[in-house]
Amino acid sequence: MAVAALAAEGAYALPLDKIDVSNPDLYQNDTIEAYFKRLRAEDPVHYCAESAYGPYWSITKYDDIMHVDTNHQIFSSEASLGGITIDNALSIAEEGGIDLPNFIAMDPPRHDEQRKAVSPIVAPANLAKLEGTIRERVCRVLDGLPVGEAFNWVDRVSIELTTQMLATLMDFPFDERRKLTRWSDVATAAPGSGIVDSWEQRTQELMECAGYFQNLWNERVNAKEPGSDLISMLAHSPATRNMTQTEYLANVLLLIVGGNDTTRNSMTGGVLAFHENPDQLAKLRANPALLDSTIPEIIRWQTPLPHMRRTALSDTELGGKNIRKGDKVVMWYLSGNRDETTIERPDDFIIDRPRPRQHLSFGFGIHRCVGNRLAELQLRILWEEILKRFKRIEVLAEPERVRSNFVRGYTTLPVRIHA
Amino acid sequence: MTKVSFVEVTGTTYAVEADSGISAMEAAVRNNVPGIDGDCGGAAACATCHVYVDPAWLAKTGAAGEGMEKDMLEFAEDVRENSRLACQIKLTSELDGLVLRLPEKQH
Repeated sequence: MAVAALAAEGAYALPLDKIDVSNPDLYQNDTIEAYFKRLRAEDPVHYCAESAYGPYWSITKYDDIMHVDTNHQIFSSEASLGGITIDNALSIAEEGGIDLPNFIAMDPPRHDEQRKAVSPIVAPANLAKLEGTIRERVCRVLDGLPVGEAFNWVDRVSIELTTQMLATLMDFPFDERRKLTRWSDVATAAPGSGIVDSWEQRTQELMECAGYFQNLWNERVNAKEPGSDLISMLAHSPATRNMTQTEYLANVLLLIVGGNDTTRNSMTGGVLAFHENPDQLAKLRANPALLDSTIPEIIRWQTPLPHMRRTALSDTELGGKNIRKGDKVVMWYLSGNRDETTIERPDDFIIDRPRPRQHLSFGFGIHRCVGNRLAELQLRILWEEILKRFKRIEVLAEPERVRSNFVRGYTTLPVRIHA
Repeated sequence: MTKVSFVEVTGTTYAVEADSGISAMEAAVRNNVPGIDGDCGGAAACATCHVYVDPAWLAKTGAAGEGMEKDMLEFAEDVRENSRLACQIKLTSELDGLVLRLPEKQH
């Protein structure tokens, strides 16, 4: 509570126009919500004139975020305008970054064509096929955990399971799968995140990734019977088979980050949420059918991606403010998911909410997370198997959090399992 | 009140009575019709309320609207000419007796 009180003091000590919610320190020390709370109450569509990423608008309320997300004709995702992150350098060759034109950072019609090339991997029929594999691996990982001893949940469970899943979807050499984890971290990291020391290092590692995936492409593009993995899909689909190498790398990184950073942190966040709310764990144990509403609540509570960014293509008005053509507009999903006017008791973790799927973590509109059902399936199986095996997962110390305004995640969560 | 039937692939039918003025998605959610999630609350922004309008009713409901509805249906499973997002079908007395068929799975 002391931390929350200090955070609130900090958030209210500043003049409103100095509030800059892009500061990655606020995510690392988990004090960001106090700032969002103030913005939602006093200035829900907020202009920040000076930040490390230049001037930008913050959209902090649920309904306003929905408005931006569903008006893609006005609010563009195009990589050449800066893409979908507040930091242009993560999407384009600016200030040390490299160009990464992938389909999440495209507008229709190219977005639609490229997205449709890979979406069958997470279609209902394919998810049904994957379920057995996911369960087998979850069981193996959980059964290998040292009951009664301290260990890092992030590394042993969250990273391991999401990386295995991604390796399977890509038919990536299984023994080398931790390369995927590393590239996922590097793709969303700016210097100062603790992941890379410089832009040059980031570029160099991403080029290694490009080379590695070029080999996989070459292997698969000539296969007589195209495989059903993501790389084969990209290599054979009419919409993507003539991509430039840059576009290919960009889409590979999108799939890696989308399938990795996100679910990984919800897997960790769920453990933390239940540790802090033992009454909710008791409720779930008494009625395991509540998993249906528990999983979306974990995803809301965690909000693994705090924001998505757009660029205004024309002058427009929102919340009484005039947004100009070319302005950077940031939808803070993390804030919308704590919006007290839309979600009752938003700060609380409540596993039996009447409308649990009403959350922004997957975004809405044409860029809505393509893998959302796979993410839910993985989390669901994980919790089904945890409930069968363990009485409780005790968190032994505060987690270490990632220093980033784009990935709300953990590097460590020390735990001890009580069987 | 407007009567609406939601018919599963298996033939199982959920007949519900809805207040006029609400959407077919809201009618389904309020009456716990399985397979209609309506995650976005009716903004045509998630495509989790995809239905097929029975051909006999298509003239009255109309086809999918230009803009968000069509844009989102681009990414739904097994989209056909009579595909609609149920959240964009407003139930009026004209639609009393409407028959909507559910896809095998929502994406």
